Amino acid sequence: MKRFAHLLCGLLAICLLTPLSAGAAEPVKLGLLLPITGSNAPYGQNALRGFKLAQEARPTVLGRPVEYVVVDNKSDNIECSNAASRLIQKDKVAAIVGPLSSKNALAAAPLCEAAKVPMISPWATNPLVTQGRKYAFRVCFIDPFQGQVGANYAFNELKARTAALMVDVSQDYCVGISGFFERAFTKLGGKIVLKTMYNTNDQDFSAQLAAIKQAKPDILYVPAYFTEGALIARQARELGVNIPMLGGDASQADELIKIGGEAVEGLAFTTHFDEQGVTTESGKAFVKNYRQLYNEAPDSCSALTYDAYNVLLDAIERQQSLDPEALVKGLEATKDFPGVTGVMTLVAHDAVKPAVILHVDKGKFSFLTTVQP
Amino acid sequence: MDALQQIINGLTLGSLYALIAIGYTMVYGILRLINFAHGDVLMVGCYLAWFGAVMFGLPWWAALMGSMALTALLGVLIDQGAYRPLRQAPRISALITAIGVSFLLENLGLVVFGGRPKAFQRPEVFNQLLQWGDLRLLSLSLWVPIITALILAGLLFIIHRTRLGMAMRALSRDLVTVQLMGIDTNRVVAATFALGSALAAAGGVFWAMKYPQINPLMGVLPGLKAFVAAVLGGIGNVTGALLGGLVLGMSEILLVAWLPELAGYRDALAFVLLIGILIFRPTGIMGEELPE
Repeated sequence: MKRFAHLLCGLLAICLLTPLSAGAAEPVKLGLLLPITGSNAPYGQNALRGFKLAQEARPTVLGRPVEYVVVDNKSDNIECSNAASRLIQKDKVAAIVGPLSSKNALAAAPLCEAAKVPMISPWATNPLVTQGRKYAFRVCFIDPFQGQVGANYAFNELKARTAALMVDVSQDYCVGISGFFERAFTKLGGKIVLKTMYNTNDQDFSAQLAAIKQAKPDILYVPAYFTEGALIARQARELGVNIPMLGGDASQADELIKIGGEAVEGLAFTTHFDEQGVTTESGKAFVKNYRQLYNEAPDSCSALTYDAYNVLLDAIERQQSLDPEALVKGLEATKDFPGVTGVMTLVAHDAVKPAVILHVDKGKFSFLTTVQP
Repeated sequence: MDALQQIINGLTLGSLYALIAIGYTMVYGILRLINFAHGDVLMVGCYLAWFGAVMFGLPWWAALMGSMALTALLGVLIDQGAYRPLRQAPRISALITAIGVSFLLENLGLVVFGGRPKAFQRPEVFNQLLQWGDLRLLSLSLWVPIITALILAGLLFIIHRTRLGMAMRALSRDLVTVQLMGIDTNRVVAATFALGSALAAAGGVFWAMKYPQINPLMGVLPGLKAFVAAVLGGIGNVTGALLGGLVLGMSEILLVAWLPELAGYRDALAFVLLIGILIFRPTGIMGEELPE
């Protein structure tokens, strides 16, 4: 009798559960491949905030709920490849948003290409990330443009005629943008007097900076990630290198100011987004929501990841399909998209959009100007 | 002028390496265990000092002392939990366990402290900028060699002039015999780890004052460099570690200064030095010839 009761209970349970699982639409699964830990942790954590905000604002596509899997690439190439494989093979995601740094994006892109999974990087600016690839996209501008904007600013606004470069040779981003800056700056009539090198995770830059001091350039161009950038700035001031410093989009992290302190005061850099330079309606709403939720100003990584999500969902909706070929077509057709980081068009898988220039003023990032492409 | 500045830079970096290498080499000298977790114990020490200074508003020396004491405790706990069960096991097992402890501390750090780096405060005493003409020097860079020398003297005193030190030296020769002589070896080993970890904390705090940014993975590179410095000087030899640190720091700076095109290979240089010394003089600069 007892066994029968058990059986009855079991049958009842099955009857109750079945309609539920059959009725709900199967979710659309996206992969989020970010540096949550490691040297790029602040960028990754802000990007995750941006993504969550975007997903909450637009939780469904094609009438199906959007689910996402976050994996940490630990700011490392090997971890990044493993994480990308996991998203592709185990989680079987429809598309991947990420990675952030060019180095990591270059590690993940070949895997996505081979598996035919579209990948949208929010922040990787090195041109090689999308070059010759069918499934790699990005929603940020690329470094030839950013280097040009930096060089123009150095030459025309800072009136610099000579510059020294500090290049992180283990980051594709730093090597790339330094090259483009050098080309643009030389073309304008400037001269690069010294080019010094270092590696990610280096902490002592006194040898490079002492050499720069001897070379007496007008400005120091350091497109460094904040970890090294903040230490470079401090050690530069300690060694009496008091020339203006100019950086790239990787300078934009609160930690740059927290660690750099007074040494980064006046440091200017080219980047993607600032709340004072918002041009679109969606951007204004994004800033408001972000501030409300996290109680601080959004940065480029959060804004770009927000855009990457929406560009992707737009493409899915336009194509009414999750098929990779259709998705690629949809993404390629993205035109005049009103993103929070400005109006963008994807040309050859790269976004063409304005850049902004910020500088550190009284311990805060402060907006200087917007430069149209 | 430039060369002089570079020499100052080299000495500054070298004395920091030396400070960390001393603790590294001491543990090896006594236990014949390469404690790969040394760099990560250093990281924990930095965070403890940071908490002391920022959360509890302690003055820097109190934060340093507190952090050294707590890190010493951590060292004892690591020994109890991870190394003691392997005391009689082959040496390689303890080495692999040390790597395991290193990963454990790193990842625990990521969970507890988070992946975002924290800014470390540099106390006013160490933040003075000294100038002679074109030469610049942070007062911290003057203090670090003094502190390193003091710690070295203290350590040599403990090892050569105290009963505990005598037990440590005896233990480094033959653990089993020492045990038979009625010495509580577990207590001596615990004391060694406590001392080594406190030194790691001290080294870490001064490192973080010079490079004021702490994160859970910060111990990896200084740990590796200190290991190279210790081997360079003759692993197990405390004075050798000082020398090894200075040689390593100086060669790194001079490589970047004289051959800027090769600056990217700076970390490689440290390891080339390591390979070179292991091939040509395995016992290091100060190491004695081992009897067969």
